Amino acid sequence: MRRVALRGLASRKLRSLLTAFAIVLGVAMVSGTFVLTDTIDSGFDTVFSESYEGADAVISPETEFGRQAAGSGGFPASVLEDVEALPSVAEAAGSLRDSARLIGRDGEPLGGSSVSPLALGLDPADEQFSPVRIVDGEWPDGSGQIAIDRRTFDDEGLALGDAISATARGPVQEFEIVGVVELGSLESLGGATISVFDLATAQELFAKEDVVDQIQLAAAEGVSAEALVAEVRGELPATLDVQTAAAQVETESEDTSAGLGFLRYFLLAFAAIALFVGSFVIANTLSITIGQRTRELATVRTLGASRRQVLWSVVLEALVVGVLASIVGILLGVGLALGLNELLAAAGIELPTSGLVLETRTIVVGLVVGIGITLLASIRPALRATRVPPIAAVREGSVLPPSRFARFGLPASLTLTAGAVALLLVGSLGDGLSAAPRLLAIGLGVILLFVGIALVAPRLVRPLASALGWPGTRIAGAAGRLARANAMRNPARTASTASALMIGLALVTLVAILAQGLRSTFVDSVDQLFVADYAVVAEGGFNPLTPEVEEALAQAPGVEAVSGVRSGSGRIAGEDVGVSAVPGNIAETVAIRWDEGSDAVPGALGEDGAFVTREFADERDLELGSPLEIETPTGETLALAVEGIWEEPKGGSPFGQVAVSHEAFDPVFPEPRNDFTFVNVAGGITADAEAGLETALADFPDAKVQTRDEFKDESVASLSRVLNILYVLLALSVVVSLFGLVNTLVLTVFERTRELGMLRAVGMTRRQVRRMIRHESIVTALLGAALGIAIGVFLAALVTQALADEGFSFALPIGSLVVFVLAAILVGVLAAIMPARRAARLNILEALRYE
Amino acid sequence: METSATTPSPAESAANGRPVRVAARDLARRYGEGDNAVDALRGVSLAIEEGQLTAVMGPSGSGKSTLMHLLAGLDRPTEGEVWIDSTEIGTLGDNDLTRLRRRHIGFIFQFFNLLPMLSAEENIVLPLELAGGRTDRAWVDELIDRVGLSDRRDHRPSELSGGQQQRVAIARALASKPTVVFADEPTGNLDSATSGEILELLRTSVDAYGQTTVMVTHDANAAAVADRVLFLADGRIVKEIGRCSPHDVLLALEEVAQA
Repeated sequence: MRRVALRGLASRKLRSLLTAFAIVLGVAMVSGTFVLTDTIDSGFDTVFSESYEGADAVISPETEFGRQAAGSGGFPASVLEDVEALPSVAEAAGSLRDSARLIGRDGEPLGGSSVSPLALGLDPADEQFSPVRIVDGEWPDGSGQIAIDRRTFDDEGLALGDAISATARGPVQEFEIVGVVELGSLESLGGATISVFDLATAQELFAKEDVVDQIQLAAAEGVSAEALVAEVRGELPATLDVQTAAAQVETESEDTSAGLGFLRYFLLAFAAIALFVGSFVIANTLSITIGQRTRELATVRTLGASRRQVLWSVVLEALVVGVLASIVGILLGVGLALGLNELLAAAGIELPTSGLVLETRTIVVGLVVGIGITLLASIRPALRATRVPPIAAVREGSVLPPSRFARFGLPASLTLTAGAVALLLVGSLGDGLSAAPRLLAIGLGVILLFVGIALVAPRLVRPLASALGWPGTRIAGAAGRLARANAMRNPARTASTASALMIGLALVTLVAILAQGLRSTFVDSVDQLFVADYAVVAEGGFNPLTPEVEEALAQAPGVEAVSGVRSGSGRIAGEDVGVSAVPGNIAETVAIRWDEGSDAVPGALGEDGAFVTREFADERDLELGSPLEIETPTGETLALAVEGIWEEPKGGSPFGQVAVSHEAFDPVFPEPRNDFTFVNVAGGITADAEAGLETALADFPDAKVQTRDEFKDESVASLSRVLNILYVLLALSVVVSLFGLVNTLVLTVFERTRELGMLRAVGMTRRQVRRMIRHESIVTALLGAALGIAIGVFLAALVTQALADEGFSFALPIGSLVVFVLAAILVGVLAAIMPARRAARLNILEALRYE
Repeated sequence: METSATTPSPAESAANGRPVRVAARDLARRYGEGDNAVDALRGVSLAIEEGQLTAVMGPSGSGKSTLMHLLAGLDRPTEGEVWIDSTEIGTLGDNDLTRLRRRHIGFIFQFFNLLPMLSAEENIVLPLELAGGRTDRAWVDELIDRVGLSDRRDHRPSELSGGQQQRVAIARALASKPTVVFADEPTGNLDSATSGEILELLRTSVDAYGQTTVMVTHDANAAAVADRVLFLADGRIVKEIGRCSPHDVLLALEEVAQA
């Protein structure tokens, strides 16, 4: 029986190949995700471990907020002298880690806009501690000198001795390139540029006089890193921490690993969807195959095969397909990892990479998932195969008996669907429950809904296909009519083929509707709040702008009001809270809807006043006059009183929950900088006014002047980029269902060989045959689209209902839905190409003789 | 129809001194229910003796195929009993029936029913492999030689002629030395020359190996090689003749049809 199964598989190569593809893509996505994230992870690990190669221990600031990223305030350089004197310290060097943007020859900032450009301040004498190494030229030594990374150097076509502009806190400055650096063995640091200055230059540039961000230590001869740490720790103030270089590498890796973990699960979710769709395709293909092999299976039963042997032969077949598909999938995943990296890079998320990393875990998970899904999908067809009675061997045209549960079919599938809807309702609207069971209910509900609808779908095939096939009968005449009838004649098969497509389209629809809701909420917010003529924001939005930008803008001709909005993170009783700083004139540039207080409030905040959002006030039972104590990252405490409460629009605002004055904010938050700078100009928005602002900002290439509409467009564009990534990822499952459609059509053509011969014999042209197959394919695809879009709209309605408090509104993106229907038609046309050709190629005589 | 535990198995009784291998008692088979019910078989009793080639003939709809399906355990009777050796198969579950097929029953089909992905030899040994246990190579080689496929053993069914395919099927049916071989219109899909060869082969298997064989056919030439021909009409055995010429068979058939 093993031979029967394996040989049978080999003799149905095309079919097996198409079946395998359904799983290959899902597994490829799984392994691709692992390879990609592992590669990035190892890229970061390389960065970190190479950064500390020369050090035994590292001193860095430790505040209540944990370790500060580059760009923090640093700590006094005097610590360096204290620790240098210790006997266990052989050498110590302080360095600055910050970010500075390099400016290209065209005056535009260099490097990816979504990553923070790395800047280092190093003492050339302490080369051994440097995370980067000089590959050309020499270390910068003295003001006016800079070393930059190899990639930027090459891309810009620079030479040693050339000048390059850079900007950190203040205006643009020009430096002479004296060296080229590389960050270890890394090929790319996610598009981030690297600039290196000597320590003194950096301290001046970053306004960190007598401050360092980090001290690296080398242990004296015979002293272990642990002993070094133990001794140094005793000498340090409480705000500083020392750990071994290895521990430091681990700490920094953990932070990035957490971020990568999110990316990993995000991508794996889409892999799971593709695999789910794949399981539909496999179950469907196996079912059809089993149906067509009824005679053969009955024969082996008469020859003495037991039900168990029949069962195992089908499962074995699936196992082989699963194993092969998983192996191919894992390999394909490596290629996909490169593609995904490109995809992320295209969306502005470029990540550091070294060589591709293929871990054992990736292979194991890929195999287990691929084989597991295939086997699971084969169980139902395998059980049906065991129900083939031996007598079918002697009956002409035997069909597979209906499964034992068939008569419970409709009630069971309706119950399942109803149960799914109930779960979804509980999950999305059940306010009393906590988040975890609600999410579980929603997830389970969605899966069950797909399965339930797939089971009910056969009943919907006739009416739906009749309607959806109607245009085809007009366009393609007899071929169209036959196509429609063919789509309807085996409703179960058509339904399960369409169901695979349904899943992908439902999710695409859901995403499109939610994005539309998000977009309109956001736009509403901007429309309500943004009453300034212009906003000045940083390119890419990563590095806030120095307050000097504010001053420069104030000098521009015709400027009436400039409001810089800064923000930072504070804590109230251990809980993070967003704190913003606004100037007194903020009400002129941002329309604030006051619940309590008035536009006079911001001007009267002083050093101890604050205004908070309604939501925040309600959460903490605050009213006018309530005291508020906020801890800041510098360890200070802000003692405030609530002087205003405002209604924040659902789509968000430029402010955190608590807003204070610049005077209160600046002394206690590290490096106060502006996220937004709103500007009003006499005469409003004019080309002259904009030109005037641009001129005023000439020294700040990072700063960008935007009108309200430009600001909206740019924000919406970034949302669209995210949306496009989701579409691409969901397209994967649509491709899987496309393979399922091809598969069904191939099997159908095979099954109808004699009938096709007859049609040809009575005068159907090859062209008409192709047309007939194509239209059947389109009708099936449209069926999937109809079901999918309906489910997608339903799910979106539930989600928007559940998130109504967050300001989600339900809006149908009609344009997108039309595109999805067209995409479904395209899927149908593509899927039909090969089967239609095969059908048209049939030799009439042979087809008629076919038994 | 009542069956009591004290009734001796028909297999135990012997006619003409030969043991009975297959027996049926008062077999009836009704398809459908109510007004649409069709009685395909209305009370058939018979005993098939060891080493005999028995042909079952009759016009279309006479119930001959139904009879064979019941005897072979492919279908269950509405009433009556079927015995193969000392086993009453009407009460057997699927697993027991499977075991019965492995040990006691061989099939030859009208459309050969070879597995297209297996070679001739692999098709032949398939029943042995399904049953597990050791394959008697010498026996298999002899069978292949006997059906004249020694130089075709590695060919796939698609590379063989209809007659050759049926030879493979015969060898396959004989491979497990079953108690009885059922042949369902074995020449129904072959031309007359090839039919003759196949019938000769069936006759040889009975003569050389004493293989008990039941053949359903409407081919008078086929019936003429049988030791005994049973005629069915309207679900009953209406006539029985011994070994005779095709002409005699045709006469008998005519007589049955007119009755």
